Amino acid sequence: MERAVHDRGGWPTEAPIDRSEHELADWEVLMDALVGALGGAGAMNVDELRRGIESMPPDEYEHASYYERWLYSVETILTEKGVLSPGELDARVAS
Amino acid sequence: MTYLAGQRVRVAARTHEGHHRTPAYLKGRTGRVERLHAPFTNPETRAYGSDGLPLQPVYLVSFAHGDVLPSPASRAADRIYADVFEHWLEEAE
Repeated sequence: MERAVHDRGGWPTEAPIDRSEHELADWEVLMDALVGALGGAGAMNVDELRRGIESMPPDEYEHASYYERWLYSVETILTEKGVLSPGELDARVAS
Repeated sequence: MTYLAGQRVRVAARTHEGHHRTPAYLKGRTGRVERLHAPFTNPETRAYGSDGLPLQPVYLVSFAHGDVLPSPASRAADRIYADVFEHWLEEAE
């Protein structure tokens, strides 16, 4: 059965499962809060969040961390909805 | 099509362009309906700006481990449980 990169269930692997607790960086905690706030405001929902993550180029998906994928999706969905203009975040970060 | 607890069902083997919550490893697999959940918004439309209504029926379906994954003998009695939307289910023998 053809599957997209995010559709991981049943992928064969010999790698052990990492069960350690992960320390979250401040930006990751903020990312989580931002998505909660966007949902509460009706700006985007969890299904859109997932669809945005699934739209990542497979190679980028593989190399991105959990919250990097959220960031990619939020930027994608909010740009699509016209809340952000294309390149706006990059310009803000660079200034 | 409404399904009853205990009924054999197969997860549709179709591909689907776009967001959906039916995992590839279950597509085409046959399992057993355990129960009907409360209906839920449809992620396949809600992911594209819709409100996801009308609510869709969702079932808890169980699968024999060996019907889904390469299964060592130690897993022979294990079952895999998954929530599957009704429109992804088909009647099975």
